[in-house]
Amino acid sequence: MTGRKLLMTFPVTADSHTLAAYRARGGYATIGKVVREMRPEQVTKEVAASGLLGHGGAAFPAGRKWGVIKLNDEQPHYLCANADEGEPGTFKDRWILENAPHLLVESMLIAAFALQVRHAFVYIRGEFDLPHRRIAGAVEEAYAAGLLGAPIDGSAFACDIVVYRGAGSYVCGEASGLLTSLEGKKGYPRNRPPRLTVRGLYQRPTVVNNVETLANITGIVRDGAEAFRRVGTAKSPGTQLISISGHVQRPGVYEVEYGYPFARFIHEDCGGVLAGRKLKCVIPGGISTKVLTAAEIEPLTLDHASVASAGSGLGSGGMIVVAEGTCMVRLLQVLVRFYHHESCGQCTPCREGMGWLHRIVDRIVAGDGQLDDIERLIAISEANDGTTICGMGDAAGYATVGILAKYRDEFEHWIVHGRSRCEGRLEAVGAEWTIPEAELHG
Amino acid sequence: MKHLLAEFERMRRRFPPGFESSLVLPCLRRIQEDRGWVADADIDALAAYLDVPRIQIEEVLSFYTQFRRAPIGRWHLQACRNVSCSMRGAEGVIEHLGERLGIAPGETTPDGNFTLSTCECLGSCGTAPVVMVNETYHENMAPERLDALIERLST
Repeated sequence: MTGRKLLMTFPVTADSHTLAAYRARGGYATIGKVVREMRPEQVTKEVAASGLLGHGGAAFPAGRKWGVIKLNDEQPHYLCANADEGEPGTFKDRWILENAPHLLVESMLIAAFALQVRHAFVYIRGEFDLPHRRIAGAVEEAYAAGLLGAPIDGSAFACDIVVYRGAGSYVCGEASGLLTSLEGKKGYPRNRPPRLTVRGLYQRPTVVNNVETLANITGIVRDGAEAFRRVGTAKSPGTQLISISGHVQRPGVYEVEYGYPFARFIHEDCGGVLAGRKLKCVIPGGISTKVLTAAEIEPLTLDHASVASAGSGLGSGGMIVVAEGTCMVRLLQVLVRFYHHESCGQCTPCREGMGWLHRIVDRIVAGDGQLDDIERLIAISEANDGTTICGMGDAAGYATVGILAKYRDEFEHWIVHGRSRCEGRLEAVGAEWTIPEAELHG
Repeated sequence: MKHLLAEFERMRRRFPPGFESSLVLPCLRRIQEDRGWVADADIDALAAYLDVPRIQIEEVLSFYTQFRRAPIGRWHLQACRNVSCSMRGAEGVIEHLGERLGIAPGETTPDGNFTLSTCECLGSCGTAPVVMVNETYHENMAPERLDALIERLST
């Protein structure tokens, strides 16, 4: 595919993740230059000027987050890479952790220098095995090479990195839940304000950045903010790693320059829909972003402003392709089952609301749906919105309302006739598996 | 737990001072790796070692899906059933594994060899459907690959 690359710039081989290979690509030269020639505030200024947006889902400007940290305020600051990649459909940080772990380590060192951080953390989801071995291996290599835990290049700057494994919880991907988990507790999110950059880990100023966001830092500081801004669009500078899955011919992780045509990406670069079927819709950026129909994506480009103009978002870059003939009732059932399973139980509207969404969709699928169930799902989603500590309940509501708004007829059909209009299919036609009869008709 | 204390001490030195509470998760992970599950005695010993409230450990154990309070089979098969895996046949995978092993999700075979579970997104959607066996991801799980996997693990 056309478009410039900032992260996938080297061929992946059996040892391209090692320190030696990273050094051969010019690795760890930038942190050396930073400690010798720059002041912390200069680094933050450069990151702010680059316009780098967060890649975890919210697209918050990284420089603005960093700018909240007060230097020389005589208290410890912490930095945490959010590697708790768990938004369904998203598997792009895995690419960095597995293939470019030293890029993350160097970027974290640069960020730690800018933010006056002595102790930094990588919070990685507990299920990730190979990604954990790779990033933990890179950290050990960096310690052995004197890049971690000791002053760098004769400067006064030294930083430690701890790789911290989660243990199975979606909500810990939310920055405040992540920090609570990193404190060794159940991962309850926290109310804001105060922001985490004011009171984060152990009540100290903490920056939590997504892995991909951090991975961009080395390039930005090495080549300058201006060079970074030349890639992508004015409002979405740079690139985004998009992980694409579902009914698509060539699933995987692609680095896309912001502004790339949406439809061309799916139909040409990713080989189009599986088994030559037509495109029904796309979940553009993780299941918490609103579904877009095949017609809706036609005029769009892959950048935040364009996808937002259609009422959705690029979110975490977790794109799911849905083929014509897929049952949207069953799809929503999978989504709400997930949200119900992952609600942490702290806030009543989410704890109860997720259960209700799940039970109502279940009863529709069981053939016991009532016509006002659709309104009930919408009412629960809307009642949830903005009433909880973290955004999980809101996101579940957006996803639910998004599907109901565009595929209401499929729900009505199942409620009236007691069965799916699309044979209850989630798999692509031609897949070996079929849905058990019992589940299809309840 | 005692035989792990030297390891815990090494782990502790990597953290800043005053971060004892943070050690709850890594210590529990290590205990479970060692014993296969977390026992009451482990909770007491860890609470004393880290000087954290016992309830904090109990909460952690019940909050995170990966912790276990009882033994399970030698091989833990966790089949993802989230969107992308479902779209690539996860329901068939779960059904196939259940039939083949003669157990339902949540159960263990009588010989103690296999425990079958369903789980939510493993972050491996591009190679769906995915089954996690203990720590390892097995990707693109077609029926013949499932059979070969069970065959291999049975011996």
